[in-house]
Amino acid sequence: MKRIRYGRIAAIVTAGALALTACGNDPATDSGSNSSGDDAATSDLAGTLAGSGATSMESAQNAWIAKFGAANPDVDLSYDPVGSGGGRKAFIEGGVGFAGSDSALDDEERASAKERCGGDAYDLPLYISPIAVVYNLPSVKGLQLSPSTVAKIFDGKIATWNDAAIAADNPGVTLPTGTITPINRSDESGTTKNFTDYLSKTAKADWPYEATGNWPKQGTQSAQGTSGVVQAVTAGEGAIAYADHSQAGSLGVAKIKVGEKYVEPTAEGAAKVVEESPLKEGLPDHDLAIDLKRDTTTDGAYPVVLVSYIIVCSKYSDAEQGKLVKAYVSYIASSEGQQVAADEAGSAPISSKLRTDVEAALTSIA
Amino acid sequence: MTTTDEPKTRQSPPPAQPPRPPQRPGDRIFSASAKYAGVLILVVLAAVAVFLLVEGWPAISTPTDELTKSINWLEGHSVLAYVGPLVFGTILAALIALVIATPIAIGVALFISHYAPRRVASGLGYVIDLLAAIPSVVYGLWGFLWLMPRIQPFTEWLTTYFGWIPLFAGPAANPARTILTAGIVLAVMVLPIITAVSREIFLQTPTLHEEAALALGATRWEMVRMAVLPFARSGIVSATMLGLGRALGETMAVAMVLSPGLMYSVFILQAGQQQNIAANIALKFPEASGLGVNVLIFTGLVLFVITLLVNMFARWIVSRRAEFSGAN
Repeated sequence: MKRIRYGRIAAIVTAGALALTACGNDPATDSGSNSSGDDAATSDLAGTLAGSGATSMESAQNAWIAKFGAANPDVDLSYDPVGSGGGRKAFIEGGVGFAGSDSALDDEERASAKERCGGDAYDLPLYISPIAVVYNLPSVKGLQLSPSTVAKIFDGKIATWNDAAIAADNPGVTLPTGTITPINRSDESGTTKNFTDYLSKTAKADWPYEATGNWPKQGTQSAQGTSGVVQAVTAGEGAIAYADHSQAGSLGVAKIKVGEKYVEPTAEGAAKVVEESPLKEGLPDHDLAIDLKRDTTTDGAYPVVLVSYIIVCSKYSDAEQGKLVKAYVSYIASSEGQQVAADEAGSAPISSKLRTDVEAALTSIA
Repeated sequence: MTTTDEPKTRQSPPPAQPPRPPQRPGDRIFSASAKYAGVLILVVLAAVAVFLLVEGWPAISTPTDELTKSINWLEGHSVLAYVGPLVFGTILAALIALVIATPIAIGVALFISHYAPRRVASGLGYVIDLLAAIPSVVYGLWGFLWLMPRIQPFTEWLTTYFGWIPLFAGPAANPARTILTAGIVLAVMVLPIITAVSREIFLQTPTLHEEAALALGATRWEMVRMAVLPFARSGIVSATMLGLGRALGETMAVAMVLSPGLMYSVFILQAGQQQNIAANIALKFPEASGLGVNVLIFTGLVLFVITLLVNMFARWIVSRRAEFSGAN
């Protein structure tokens, strides 16, 4: 009886295996002939392009890859959101064709990148996103805050909502008496880095810390990721935090004092700051690393922004790779590409002046 | 079936040459696959340990100044000074979970094994086991969205009236992203494993002991106290240790519920005081590179060693107790 059963099992297994291998073979031969036929017909771009880097631009990258991939079906694109530092490292080591990063290359990295590329590397600011100061205070709409008040709140020096400093920023508004709970990101993030950079430049007296991706203070309320922060603020009345503006949802968004006015975060305001900021000094031609003018007083500008770069080589030893990078990054810089990111990730489209500069840099890629 | 058959076949022929018991293909296949499965688990464990050692080694062998220069979140501390508070936080969260979960789990297990009618008991057993099948992200969401707002008034009350105990010193965090909340979520997560193991142990109490106790005039509670609990003591300990193992290594739920901080702090109602190793790795890893990854993996190695020690300790207690547990 047992032997019979073994025979039966063996038969089933072999039959199954045969069927599977048979199935496996057919589509492979089919697709092979198909794709070679397509090649000639639609697009002259083909090959593999890999990038890695900042998580902040992950959803924008996904949208760009989807759209660009649809137009160029033979290009195999990928973006690995390993973090800014990891992306720059992979780029310098030659593991990826381009990097996404929340900060530009520093001098040391620029030298190593030059070695890798056989020419300069370019920092291209292509992802601009306003950071909002969000709060949960149902009774107060349109809260106004000056940079030093923001710094004092996040440093724990202002403990209650009816503090004199907040009242001075909000004349004629009845502020509640509750305690303020500032909430920061618990993971390392570009949002934190840009927010602390803003505070350290505009409120030096009240913000004794440097710009860092890790929150500099111990013993604070914190949450993981932008969504976690937004949830935490929603859960606790009297809470305040900073988050990507597109994720603010139904929370109150504070107006920040710029010059003499209080400005709401907008895509236009963010783009304006980037446009009027000078480039960093001592950069090679076409490197567009920006020295953000956080202390701007221009009307309508909103200086609490996150600027992410796409870092590319000026020379690619593999000509095909260079062609792909050029085509893909041009698409990202195009008004269509920027609009895709704005719809998908809530970023601010770059100004046309910046686009001209980026295009000039891209044309120089050999 | 084969075991009952075999003696017969061996007895009937004269014992002329009985060198080996008869083997069918099934015997060979089964014994080989069982053996390889056993070896495989050791190989996997060894591979994980080797990976952690090799990848974590640079974190210890690199001098501290070099580490602090390239990793900004070390904030000038040495690796050991960085791991210390994490170990403390990990153990504190797990202890809170056990203090809450163990009495409940033993109660539920006793109810299932000795009090509930049989039909209710099996149904309840299934429901408890179901708790173990829920992914930890879901527990995190539950703790985050449901539990946190509801526990906040309670922590407020606790710190108002019992704030003089250092453990409950205020101000109570709002939202309650504290290690107490994390501990409660962990307690729910370890409940099923402690309950399941304790229930099995309680059911193994020799019926003769129970009946003897009842025959001597013991009430049901006295019977449980005199016959069931002493018999099951080592089992309860090992069940608790299994739960502790899970609570130590839990990542997602803690990462979602806790405001992390790196302090040796016993204030369980304040925010940003403690952090658990696994959640810390999950939070730091996405933006870590180079030596930072090595440091995180080293903390993973520390967690691995702690879990190993806990499990070995549990084994030791069980084996020591087995000799005079009163069974048989």
